Formats: sequence, C-alpha cells, structure tokens
Amino acid sequence: MVARPPHVGLFVTCLIDLFRPSVGFAAVKLLEWSGCEVDAPAAQTCCGQPAYNSGDRADTRAIARQVIELFAPYDYVVVPSGSCAGMLHKHYPSLFAAGTAERQAAEALAEKSWELVSFLTHVMGVEAVPSAFEGRVTYHDSCSGLRELGIHREPRQLLQTVRGLELVEMRDSEVCCGFGGTFCVKYPDISNDMVEKKAANIEATRADLLLAGDLGCLMNMAGKLKRRGAPIAVRHVAEVLAQELSAPAIGEKPSSAKEPAT
Amino acid sequence: MQPTSHAFKDNAARALHDEKLQRALLNVPTGFVQKRARARDRLPEFDALREEGVAIKKHALAHLDLYLEAYERKVHESGGHVHWAPTAEDARRIIIDLCKDRGARLVTKGKSMVSEEIGLNDALQAAGITPVETDLGEYIIQLRGETPSHIIAPAVHLTRDQVEADFRRVHTTLPPDRMISEAPELVAEARAMLRQKYFEADIGITGANFLVAETGSSVIVTNEGNGDLTQSLPKVHIVVTSIEKIVPTLEDVSTILRLLARSATGQEFSSYTTFSTGPRRAEDPDGPEEYHVVLLDNGRSALLGTVFEDMLRCIRCGACLNHCPVYQAVGGHAYGWVYSGPMGAVLTPSLVGVEEAGPLPNASTFCGRCEEVCPMRIPLPKMMRHWREREYERHLTPLSYRKGLNLWAWAATRPNIYRRLASVAARALRLLAGRRGGFRRLPLASGWTRYRDFPAPEGKTFHELWKERRRHG
Repeated sequence: MVARPPHVGLFVTCLIDLFRPSVGFAAVKLLEWSGCEVDAPAAQTCCGQPAYNSGDRADTRAIARQVIELFAPYDYVVVPSGSCAGMLHKHYPSLFAAGTAERQAAEALAEKSWELVSFLTHVMGVEAVPSAFEGRVTYHDSCSGLRELGIHREPRQLLQTVRGLELVEMRDSEVCCGFGGTFCVKYPDISNDMVEKKAANIEATRADLLLAGDLGCLMNMAGKLKRRGAPIAVRHVAEVLAQELSAPAIGEKPSSAKEPAT
Repeated sequence: MQPTSHAFKDNAARALHDEKLQRALLNVPTGFVQKRARARDRLPEFDALREEGVAIKKHALAHLDLYLEAYERKVHESGGHVHWAPTAEDARRIIIDLCKDRGARLVTKGKSMVSEEIGLNDALQAAGITPVETDLGEYIIQLRGETPSHIIAPAVHLTRDQVEADFRRVHTTLPPDRMISEAPELVAEARAMLRQKYFEADIGITGANFLVAETGSSVIVTNEGNGDLTQSLPKVHIVVTSIEKIVPTLEDVSTILRLLARSATGQEFSSYTTFSTGPRRAEDPDGPEEYHVVLLDNGRSALLGTVFEDMLRCIRCGACLNHCPVYQAVGGHAYGWVYSGPMGAVLTPSLVGVEEAGPLPNASTFCGRCEEVCPMRIPLPKMMRHWREREYERHLTPLSYRKGLNLWAWAATRPNIYRRLASVAARALRLLAGRRGGFRRLPLASGWTRYRDFPAPEGKTFHELWKERRRHG
C-alpha cells in the first residue's frame, strides 16, 4: 500500500489574505516541498479572534462553527500564524459545552490544527530547507506562538539551514511587540511605547532583516521601524524559508515599474 | 481609596509622559525579571513545586469554610481573637474600635495590601490615631502622601533621587553632607527614624501572607524585619488579612514559601519569615499581650464557584506585574486602585465592579507572560477575557465598537460577501497607497498612524490569486 500524501487545508489568516498573499504562497510551497497536498478552501474568512478577545462569544461561536465544518475533511489544518493557530488549537474547544457534538468537532479540529513551522518540523519531520538568503537576520517570538503553542526552537532550527543566513538574537525577543490585535487601537499610546522598545532592540542587532511568524506583529514592527527610519526589512519567516522573496518587504515600495494588478 | 480605574487611559497617558516615572520603571525588567529567571534556573524542581502549590491552594479554596473554621478554633485556643469582616467598612470599624477601646494614639504598621484595600490609614487618621508605616517603601510613599504602585515594591515608581529629596525634606535633622543616595543608606536612615516609633506604638498592625489552619498561625514575609518589630513590641498585635490566605498545614506553607520569594524578588527565601500564633504566653520573653485577626471577605467569597475562583490562588508575589509589558510602560498608579498589573486587571473588577474597572481587563495584549510566570498558574489572560465577556453582555463595551464587531462577524459568516469585500478593500488600499509601501496617515486608523506607518496591501487577496493560479494551472 502506498501511503497517500497528507491532505492539508491551509488556513489563510484574514491579514495574509488581505495584506500579504505572498505569505500564503510561501506556506503552500513549504508544505508541498515537505510532501503535502495543499488546498486553501475559498469559503474561509477569519478565525474569530477579534470577536473572541472582545468578549463577543455568540459571534465567535458562529465563526468557529463555520471553520470547524469547512476544515473537517482535511487531515491537517495548517496556519501561517501562531495566534490564529492558537485560536483553533487552544480556544475553539472552550467555546462549546463539554460532552456536546460541537465540542467533539471542535476538539477534533484542535487536534489536527498546527502552526506552519511547527507542523513542518514536528509532523513532516523537515530538518532543513533548500533555500538561500544572504544577510543578518533576527527573529521575534510572537506571543501566542511562543506561549500558547510553545514554538521557539522550530523556526530557528530551520532558519539555521538557509544558506548564507546569519541568525542574531535580539534582546527580549520573547517580549510582546505591542500589537495585541485590538489592543493597538484601544491603547495606541501604550502600544507605541512597547513597539518603540521592541524596535530599539531590533535595531541594536544591526540585522538586515526581521522575521516573525505572525503578520499582525510584523505589520506593527515594520510600521514602527519605517517611521524610525531604520533600514531593516521585515518579512514573514515562511517567505525566507521558502525563498519566496518576489514581493517587496512588508511596508516597502513595490519594486517593479508597473503598478500591481488592480 | 476611591478607584480611578475608569480613567485608566488618561492615567496611562500621564504616566507615559512622566520622565521620572519612566526612569524608575526601567528597574523592573532589569531587576525583578532577571532575578526571577536566575532563581528559577537554580531550582530544577521549580515547576513541580508550582504544581504542588497550585494543588494546595485549589484544595484549600474547595474547602474554604472548613479550613477557616478550623483556623478560628486554633486562634482561640492560642488565646487570640478572630473578627469576621464581610466588607471593607466592617474591617475599618473593627480595627478602629479595637484601637479606641485601648486608647491607642500611635499605631505602627507592617506592609499590608489589605489595609490599603480597606483604606485603613485614612480611617485611622480620621479617628485621631496616627499610623506609621514601617516598611521602607511604604514609609516613603506615606511621606509623599501616595499609594503603593506595586504589591511588593510599593515605591518602585520613584527614583533614588526623589527618595533622597523626600528624606531631606522631612528628616530636618539630617546633616546636608551625609550621603544617602544608595539603597542601604536610605534603609539605615528610615530605620533610625522608625526605631523609636516601634517602642512608642500602642498597637502594631500587620498583614498576613498566609494563615495556617492547622496551628492558627499567621505568616508574614519581609526583607527588613520591620514586620517583626511591628508585631512584637506593642501590647496589641492586629493582623488584617483576607480569607483566601488560608492553607491547611505548616507543610503546605513551607511549600508555597519556596515559590513566593523566588517569583517575587528572585530570592531563595525572604530575609524574615515570621509565624505568629496567638499572644505571648507566660513563659515567652516578649510578644504582644493581645492578638487579633481581622478576616476580610470584601467580595472574595462571591468569586468561589465562578470562572474567577482561580484568582483567589494569588499569593501576591508581583511576578505578573514585573513581567507585564503594559505595567512596565505605565506603572501601577495608572491602574487606579490598590492592585495593578495583570492580577489587578482581574481582581479589581471583582472587588470594585466591572463598571468601574472595565478598562483594566482590556489593557492587555494577551501576551501571556503573566500566566507563564505566575507561581500559582492563574490563567490571567483567560480571566481578563471573561471580564470582557461580562462587559460585552452588559453592553458596557462602546456601541460603535460592538457594531463594528457585529458587522465584521456578519460578513465573516457569509464567505461570498466577505470575499468580495476583501477584494475591494485590498484593491482600494493599494490604489490609495499608490507608489508608496505604506501610509503615513490613514483616516480610520489614526491611533496606528500617529506612531507608525501602516503597511499597504499587495493589491489582490490571496484567494483571488489562488483561484487565478488554479485556473491557469
């Protein structure tokens, strides 16, 4: 019997869908490299975090039901974001009463939901990527991936295998960048204080490129580095691991002469 | 103390612009955080110890009534008295009556957050009784007419220069050429001033870190020994504390004590750990003649059996404050009441109402560092989220925000409409950004663009491109 490749449903987070499709395609490339068959169901929207973290349980449940149903047919659900993966993996089951069919379905989904990089290393056994990047790189540990899912070693382990890449640790890499979803809108002053400190730590590494696994944090840090005039490019870790570098770095000018397709 | 938690946003803005405060707050990550990490690394069984501590507290809370009754019996047996205070008002009245009945004029106090919670110093003063704080940090803020900004380091919001200036202002006998710019010199100076007060005091009031049901003992931990002098020199010792401090046995206390100092200050153990069991006995060389315990409830028993019960495990180590990036940015006073940081964001709404303290559970990025370092593994982010649910249910969340959420959820549960809206939004933003990589100003996101650029989208959504690729194979 020939083992069939794992059928992976890619959960494209709303920020990646809207702002940075290139991360989604980098994820597809990495998953296919590792031997998965990938699909990105078109009926997906969002994981429901904004409603969940704002105390709106009813709307969160409605969105969760939809996600649970949509991804039920897949062997695995893979998410290029620690925070959305954490939502599926850690929080969905708690939305439904114990012992109900809904809870069971949520637990089944939680069980097979993975953040991209940890899926590659833990499930697919990927130990190296055939990519290259010339430069000094620093990695920010986004909070949900780090503390809800325990991702710390995995991205570093794979980054070390990228040819030409020099990984330098920043001070307090595990301290929050101040994004926090709606937090940055509710408390912009405090959020700014946090991202200022983060930017200073990033700049001190003299890295050429900042990486992380969550687009929200990346947009926050990229926006701050840009405002400070720091010459540091910012990308999602998947883009470097997959060597998908055709899109300009986050917040950078489109490089080609012609306007992007509209 | 009147809470100003509703004004958290304004408090925070003021704190962020307070240069001295910002300088003082730099000590939090370099001091507490690093010291805790080292203490934790030195003890391989730290996490196993945490599990034990959590189990002890869970068990004690599940049988709180039984252990409190057992404790009360033991206190009586040792010659002490227990006074039950359902509210802050009751606790104040009980203490003032005890003081007045004994004609007390001067009261020395060890550090106690419960006494802050019930506003004891103001009540004592109003009754013509002078309270003198003997913990260095508490002493400093009493000189300044302030409240603590941290549960274990009440004056952490001040720089050494500020403290020196306060001492020189108040201690008029202090020679101008005497150096008091270092911490040990400041401690010595406060000690010298306080020495006489211990002897003059009619009554000593302390808090309690733990109450032991097995023996009827109260336990305090300090690093200055001021608590010992406060409770053993005057004729009367009053312990003011709260019901959730109870643990079943001495063995249990010693387990949790091993977690407390490591989590708080990174010490293996605090310099002084003092067990008090009743007043002095005939053969004792010293100690108070009377021993009273005022046991405060003040809303705590109402948390039992609710989603907030876990909060009652808190041992007031301050680790969550120390590790919280929001606390590090704004300090404790911004939280507007006695308790600050993540533990305050959960406890304050429980004790003063979510109507008053609603901004606090919202002032978190859910980064989870508080839960990670909590020796009692209290799921602080989860409980902040529960408070946000209560706010949402009670329509305390701003209407525009609620409507926005509902609209988002409406679209998110209609994939076809959502897809179309996302395409339009991505395209519109891309067009608006033109040749730029992002926005320096964006009308509906001014909170964001005041401080940072807003990265522009690539132009098409992932799902549009995915469909195109599929079609073109």
